[in-house]
Amino acid sequence: MFYREAGDFKSSYQEDSQTFPIKFDRLRYYGVLIVAFGIVPLFINDYWASAVAVPFLIYAIAAIGLNILVGYAGLVSLGTGGFMAVGAYSVYKLMTAFPDISIFVHVILAGVVTAAVGVLFGLPSLRIKGFYLAVATLAAQFFLVWLFNKVPWFYNYSASGQITAPERTVFSVFVTGAQTSATAKYMFCLVILTLVALVARNLTRGTVGRKWMAIRDMDIAAEIIGVNPLTTKLSAFAVSSFFIGIAGALFFSVYLGAAEVGEAFGIQKSFLILFMVIIGGLGSIFGSFAGAAFLVLLPVFLKNVLVGALGWPTDLAAHIELMIVGGLIVVFLIAEPHGLAQLWRVAKEKLRLWPFPY
Amino acid sequence: MKKTLTAWVAAAITLTSAPAFADLVVPNLSYRTGAYAANGIPYADGFNDYFTLLNERDGGIGGEKVQSPECETAYNTEKGVECYESTKGTGALVYNPLSTGITYQLIPKMSADGITLYTPGYGRTSAANGKVFKWVFNFPANYWDGASVAIKYILDQEGGDIKGKTVALVYHNSAYGKEPIRTLEELAKKHGFTLKAIPVDHPGQEQKSQWLQIRREKPDYVLMWGWGVMNQVAIQEAVNIRYPMDHFIGVWWSGSENDVAPAGDKASGYKSLSFHGTGGAYPVYDDLKKYVVDTGKASGAGDQIGTMLYSRGMYAAMIISEAIRKAQEMTGKSDVNAAEVRDGFENLDLTEARLEELGLPNFAQPIKASCENHGGPGSAKVFQWDAAAKKWNEASDWISSDREVLDPLIAEDSAAYAKEAGIEESCK
Repeated sequence: MFYREAGDFKSSYQEDSQTFPIKFDRLRYYGVLIVAFGIVPLFINDYWASAVAVPFLIYAIAAIGLNILVGYAGLVSLGTGGFMAVGAYSVYKLMTAFPDISIFVHVILAGVVTAAVGVLFGLPSLRIKGFYLAVATLAAQFFLVWLFNKVPWFYNYSASGQITAPERTVFSVFVTGAQTSATAKYMFCLVILTLVALVARNLTRGTVGRKWMAIRDMDIAAEIIGVNPLTTKLSAFAVSSFFIGIAGALFFSVYLGAAEVGEAFGIQKSFLILFMVIIGGLGSIFGSFAGAAFLVLLPVFLKNVLVGALGWPTDLAAHIELMIVGGLIVVFLIAEPHGLAQLWRVAKEKLRLWPFPY
Repeated sequence: MKKTLTAWVAAAITLTSAPAFADLVVPNLSYRTGAYAANGIPYADGFNDYFTLLNERDGGIGGEKVQSPECETAYNTEKGVECYESTKGTGALVYNPLSTGITYQLIPKMSADGITLYTPGYGRTSAANGKVFKWVFNFPANYWDGASVAIKYILDQEGGDIKGKTVALVYHNSAYGKEPIRTLEELAKKHGFTLKAIPVDHPGQEQKSQWLQIRREKPDYVLMWGWGVMNQVAIQEAVNIRYPMDHFIGVWWSGSENDVAPAGDKASGYKSLSFHGTGGAYPVYDDLKKYVVDTGKASGAGDQIGTMLYSRGMYAAMIISEAIRKAQEMTGKSDVNAAEVRDGFENLDLTEARLEELGLPNFAQPIKASCENHGGPGSAKVFQWDAAAKKWNEASDWISSDREVLDPLIAEDSAAYAKEAGIEESCK
């Protein structure tokens, strides 16, 4: 009744090729934007920002980045943690070397640096595929973590090897450092996430995205019809690493404030983001959001229910939480291998026919 | 899907913020799961039990009950942030996160929020400089004290001359493990020994190559800055390569019963530092048994009482309670707030007589804090493991650290932080 193409007439090419051609979808999208930009900032407090909203926004950026590589271009990567570390350390070096330049510029530049590193580590993808490529990117993960631990220049020769984000402002509002308000943190990440999601969505709808998908579906066929595997695969690595680098920069500067590479950007991070992409749905921007929300919110939710509401001992709750999250991941992969995005797609199909299914 | 989930989370969080809190809240950011649980559990138990004892025996501190709500961090900084944010709204007075990584993260946050961060024997060493770190206290000793005490002990063993000797440092490759390196480098210059730093990555279950290197290079002494499962593996590996255990010295975080037990009898002779006594012989344990253990109120499984890290958790709780007591004394009221507790820390004067009153005679060094000095006396003892008797024996008296080397380093590092964070050094 609400959700259908019928009756929704387009009178220009522009309207016809817009991102959300169905009116209901479009309204929903605007609704989400209004809530996220207009309503949430008024009510957000420190707890909600630091425990729920900011990590969700940042993981969503990282998941979009990885989804481009794994979901759209079909190149499996386990180097996400390492690439996030590149973003974090480049933003740290930039922030300390050029304190007068806006943090916003630094975050974007950190993405650019990460894109360059990503292309470098993406070169093997021209020769190797599948699990073998996963192992090659795993090497990137370990190499980058080792590098940031080993070379003191990256952490400005601090005694402990920790990097700490100095205080920086955007329009004279603190966005990094201890004085940052919950709203500022949230808004800064939200603005960047919105930009990233728009770019990603439009890239995947256009020529670039179609080339990625052609390579993913069958690289020989794609090559025969004129898709250049070199530029296509490397552009996937570049764009993906750019987003992941931005996520790493925000993760360190806005969310954590201080980080050490082995702990914050270890192999667990790579797996976590890969799980987000797989659970959310490969090859779907919405899936990246859903996966990030699932894996960020569920542990916090379980902790609050088990320890806060039921009063269980913290260790028991922590173990049960691991089991529940792990169990749900398995259940999801068996029951819906295409992830949360597929559930959403099925729901939309049902909605098309509602209330008169045949 | 996403919306319903958000609604659930909202419901869950409203539920949890409901319980009323007592006036004195000291959150216990503990870890009872993960690779560091073997060390986190006894510490958390000791911390909780001491407050339970105060509540049961004395009715709290100055008539106010103390609550120590636990929050599981798993030694993970992200969970640490979540724990801090979820507990700080409850009127928390002091935090003791037992993790150097979480400490680094909390220093700027807590300085802005105006809550005391107490990090006995861990955290950021240069926080000993109270002129820069107003809200952070790390007495009685820090990592650099530990490094200096260990070298002094080695000097003592070698008759005062360690020129040309080699000392290896096996360390956890994180902020925690890297902290002593700078001091050890300075000490190496001063005393003429060679330092070999050997990193072990988190979590440290695999150390074959590191110990192969030690076997090949045969350092005269091995120091260890390890934590969690890394300790157990290192001690086992040292046994495997037949390294002389009495030349293997761990910092205070690498010396719990749980670390040496897996290596069995062969671990006998292993040494470790500590800035407090251990064992169940102190008079306070009589009260603890009467009011906490026998009434079934002991924290955790209750099987850690009297162990090294249990004593350390108790030590931290004791210092915090004394600081709160001092704050109550200074303000003349019992429901002190976070800022007043900070003043209590700064004016803390823990004497030998007071320790005896608390049932902990000779347990620790007296502390006299001041606005400049947040670092305490900085001395420690060396303990040696006796596997047959399953106890730690004192192998030395109090050894004080080398202030001549440490003070300039602390001044340098804290000045660098002050410059980075834009803090002006101040002490009224």
